[in-house]
Amino acid sequence: MQRAPVKGSRSGAMSHKKVLLGHGSGGKLMHELIEQIFAPELLGSCRTQLNDSALMEINGSRLAVTTDSYVVDPLFFPGGDIGKLAVNGTVNDLSMVGGRPLALTAAFILEEGFPMEDLLKIVASMKEACEMAGVNIITGDTKVVNRGKCDKSFINTTGVGIVEPGVDISADRARPGDLVLVNGDIAAHGMAILSARQELDFEVPIYSDTQPLHLLVADMLSASEQIHCLRDATRGGLASALNELAIASAVGIRIYEDQLAIQDEVKGCCEILGLDPLHVANEGKLLSIVAAEDAPTVLAAMRANTAGRQASIIGEVVEAQAQRPLVVMKTTVGGWRIVDMLAGEQLPRIC
Amino acid sequence: MTENLTGAGFGRLEFRDPERIAALRKKISQLCRNVKKPISIMHVCGSHEQSIARFGLRSLLPPELNVIMGPGCPVCITDVPEVDEAIAIARQGAIVATFGDMFRVPGSCFSLEQVKAQGADVRVVYSPSEALKLALESKGEVVFFASGFETTAVATAAVVLANPPANFSVLSAHKYIPPVMEIVAEMPGTRVEGFLAAGHAATITGWGVFERFVSRHKIPVVTGGFEPLDVLAALAALVELVVAGEAAVENAYPRCCTKEGNLAAQKLLWEVFESEGGMWRGIAHVPNGNLRLRSRYRSFDSRQRFDLTPDLCQEDSLQPLTLECICGNIMAGIQSPKDCRLFGMECTPQSPVGACMVSAEGTCKIWHEYGGHLIIAE
Repeated sequence: MQRAPVKGSRSGAMSHKKVLLGHGSGGKLMHELIEQIFAPELLGSCRTQLNDSALMEINGSRLAVTTDSYVVDPLFFPGGDIGKLAVNGTVNDLSMVGGRPLALTAAFILEEGFPMEDLLKIVASMKEACEMAGVNIITGDTKVVNRGKCDKSFINTTGVGIVEPGVDISADRARPGDLVLVNGDIAAHGMAILSARQELDFEVPIYSDTQPLHLLVADMLSASEQIHCLRDATRGGLASALNELAIASAVGIRIYEDQLAIQDEVKGCCEILGLDPLHVANEGKLLSIVAAEDAPTVLAAMRANTAGRQASIIGEVVEAQAQRPLVVMKTTVGGWRIVDMLAGEQLPRIC
Repeated sequence: MTENLTGAGFGRLEFRDPERIAALRKKISQLCRNVKKPISIMHVCGSHEQSIARFGLRSLLPPELNVIMGPGCPVCITDVPEVDEAIAIARQGAIVATFGDMFRVPGSCFSLEQVKAQGADVRVVYSPSEALKLALESKGEVVFFASGFETTAVATAAVVLANPPANFSVLSAHKYIPPVMEIVAEMPGTRVEGFLAAGHAATITGWGVFERFVSRHKIPVVTGGFEPLDVLAALAALVELVVAGEAAVENAYPRCCTKEGNLAAQKLLWEVFESEGGMWRGIAHVPNGNLRLRSRYRSFDSRQRFDLTPDLCQEDSLQPLTLECICGNIMAGIQSPKDCRLFGMECTPQSPVGACMVSAEGTCKIWHEYGGHLIIAE
């Protein structure tokens, strides 16, 4: 068994003199950046970086708040566009703490010369996504920068949601014995973006899985009071989400490769490019850790929702071995391997 | 014999059939149980290590069978001065195009990634033809910093022969595997009883290329593919040869690899390249181990076109940790990442000390990512 990784003097965000693309990948470098540079200075004693949304208590009500910037390239891709992503992504971050989305804000940074026609398409797509998610955009901001000073269009959305009493979902609540559930096939969004980029011409269309997950989460919460963790498996893929939960809860996680659903074309493209589907981004997939006795009920509730038709139990939570929060997978051929968090950058500007 | 091992099971598109895996596993265990001593097999390919680690194959093998990775990562054995040459070119204002892993491999002071952050134009490409396309679209010099073994070198050769524009040139760090097997076999600290040869390289060179090695060193060689069944079938064939005390070449990758190999590719390869001696990082001087452009293609040889005096280090950034790195011994098969004090501690994929932790084909990177030999109690 390998030794537990520790933060050596060389490793970490401070060892780089400049910001690298990997610092925005959702993987290890980004975690180091947050833990070593942002959190100590800006977050104070707040530990909300554990979860996809922060919780604020106001007059006895708990509000979920989250913000996200979207820089996806290209702006339009099979299955979605930057506008749809900007709404769904933020709605999903609220849902991952059990929050019911109330409202969003939207801020646009546009490049001089950006076609108005494309902007109209993005706005129409955001409107449609907002209707699907049952939220309104209540305020916004517009900035235009000189040509060449940003790439076409970036969008930031902030979301506010309400968390009902009794709901207690957090990354540090996984316990040995709990089961791990996923709402469907993985890795489609990342491969859709990759295939939409000019440098790789796949003949088979791959569609992004971008979708709002708030209704699925609502159904799951009605089915069980023992949903311990929820996590949106976006950048860094399922592997990073699993590792984040294992680290936050100080537990080990075992998953079974034959329980993971991956579309054939997605699997094929990953094999050709040497990408691990577990590291490829999703935009409509959640990971849920549930007490074992409630897992069948939650699974049934997920499968009854259109966003969870292909849901499955993919593994279980175990005690951490030698105090190391290790995620391991039994492969299809029966061997075991580590499932590590994505290191560095797999694909910049995925969302 | 090889046919029996590999024939029927290979009809499936995916070579991961659990029943056939179980049968091969049983066969290997029985063979190993009959010998009283441990058996050591070396493979010389990062893709084999990827496959072994990614599918957890070592946890399926008996404890007596030790499968070690040798100098099979072209990025890892790229010598420091070769990286420095690429950096010197990038700093002279040329576009340097290279594969993703070469981007991060450390030179004397910097990696190409760091030089790019300082303002040089370094591009990551997926293929030599993508580098050629860059040259066609660009007015300035485009240098393809080419790494890889004889398989990858063929694609580089094809680009050189495709009448590239005058602003295109190749900085070759291509390496040739057969000579290094001789070096490793002769190393005093290495105990290798059989070589698992890379099926894709042998598809180009033909498995016949290993006959000379086998007759000289009396060590069996079996070519193998990269799916789990391929690897296990090749290991079973090797263990059988070792147990029988038979030094021979066998082909456990018959669906791609033949004795004579891909003659058209070999013609391209040797038309453009010739082998010459050179240092492999962490290993030794390897006679005929480097592939360099022949003089008739010197106009496309970056070494003829640029001033390659390596830049003097601008700061003292040589890490004292580098002295503790055992990458050389790991690539020679003498030690494993588990023996390294730095592994997973000071040396991680985010801040690699040695080249083996940089490349996706490096032993340390692969072991860090997947666990090299994971035993999970079920």
